[in-house]
Amino acid sequence: MRKVAVVGVGETKFSGPQERTSVELFAEAAAEALTESNLKPKDIQALYLGNVLGDFSEGQGSMQAFAAENIGCFNVPANRYEGACASASMAVRDAWMWVASGFYDVVLAGGVERAATMGTPLATRTFAMFSDSRYEFPSGITFPAVFAMLAHLYAAKYGVPLPKLKEQLAAVSVQSYKYGMFNPQAHLRKEVTMEAVLSSFMVSTPLQLHDCCPFSDGAAALVLASEETAKKLTSKPVFVVGAGQASNGPLANQQEYLPRLRARELSAKQAYEMAGLKPEDIDICELHDCFSIASLIAAESLGFFDYGTSGEAWAKGEADIGGKVAINTSGGLKAKGHPIGATGAGQVYEIAKQLREEVEPERQVEGGRIGMTDTLGGDGCTLVNLILQRGW
Amino acid sequence: MEYKLTYKEYREALKQNKLLGLKCQNCGSVTVPPKLVCRSCASMDLEVLELKGAGKIQTFTTCNVASEGRESEVPYTILLVELDEGPWLMGNLTGVDPEKATMETLIGKRVKMTETRIFPGDKYSAGEGASPTFVLEA
Repeated sequence: MRKVAVVGVGETKFSGPQERTSVELFAEAAAEALTESNLKPKDIQALYLGNVLGDFSEGQGSMQAFAAENIGCFNVPANRYEGACASASMAVRDAWMWVASGFYDVVLAGGVERAATMGTPLATRTFAMFSDSRYEFPSGITFPAVFAMLAHLYAAKYGVPLPKLKEQLAAVSVQSYKYGMFNPQAHLRKEVTMEAVLSSFMVSTPLQLHDCCPFSDGAAALVLASEETAKKLTSKPVFVVGAGQASNGPLANQQEYLPRLRARELSAKQAYEMAGLKPEDIDICELHDCFSIASLIAAESLGFFDYGTSGEAWAKGEADIGGKVAINTSGGLKAKGHPIGATGAGQVYEIAKQLREEVEPERQVEGGRIGMTDTLGGDGCTLVNLILQRGW
Repeated sequence: MEYKLTYKEYREALKQNKLLGLKCQNCGSVTVPPKLVCRSCASMDLEVLELKGAGKIQTFTTCNVASEGRESEVPYTILLVELDEGPWLMGNLTGVDPEKATMETLIGKRVKMTETRIFPGDKYSAGEGASPTFVLEA
């Protein structure tokens, strides 16, 4: 296996419903990534694209082929990835694998989604397709309802009184909104107070509107190159030093393991072992905060905090810049937004920019060397983790 | 290979308020909803059995925002029930005002199956569905 580096990244602003097509959104992100990489479209040997709901949002299947041609990567092999909200991270991991194996030298990976364009009723219906359609959807399960049940379970299992947990969850959202304010790419750029979170509309008990990420439109892209090629393209290669992926079936089948998600723990273990690193080595982490409770569950399974304690860790600033690990300095899915097919590539974009110290001063982690991404698809059905390290 | 208990058979039984599962002849575990293999040991040596349809509430939520086409159902309460035979199962709660569903009144409480709620299906669902529906045990 060869060393593989991220040599360039690109991203659109994540947003509410808008009129650019998915292919156009991806083109903007891809062009930026190619320019950063000092490459032309003809240099790209393959495209790996996350796109989940193009069929529903704009009646477009096979997005990968149209996207490849649109950006001038004529006739390259192009693959579409569907792993719900983890799709782009699946694409990046596979792109990494094909370059690491020596089959390709330069691959473009990323994703695009127009989740906001669908509107809340259709988006809620299609997101529920990531739960078991036969055995769980008849009950009326929705994506917020999945994490709402995990929140009650978390409170019961770890003995955290619900009012206390609710405050901890609100603090998670407030921190994400704080960083979203300083991220020009973010979908939601506003200050939101604890009081505003706790008085917002109850979506699915105990999760309120500000506990939930928005449906977003947006795209992200990155170029992966072999170490030898990377040296010629950039003085700041960001190496992929660890990667993991695992799957799991329907929510209820994870039973006594819940609220932990087993696939995450298997995936993270693969990534840490490959990198030869431990949770305490991670400086910056973009983790999958589709809901505030999801942040607590993720941070514990990634090994940053003990089970049942990460709410306290957030409250004490241990998940903030200057704390144990800087989590979601982009604003996370909560504030930066969640165009599901693009989200994982957007996380890699943030880590690369952070390690290159190119983000806004209000949210820059000084001297960060190692970053991690955590992307969750469905009810824990797909988990992908990547560990990235600065190469200079 | 014989697929011992299909979705259709499971659903049709559920519509008659009967909960079917699979008993592993290798390790004794019970698997529900059904699949090709035992959830514990992946053995294909399985026999169909009828479960008691009773258990304990592990968690719940009252949902106020539904999927497109199901808006008129809100508010409704979804449960994860730990069945007496071991597996956890997703279903609905009836007989309790969804607005009054709390951790104190529900988590850890015993429930039993009652008349199954039918989902008539929508344009994406390839037909109707059935949701195991529970009431609190008296």
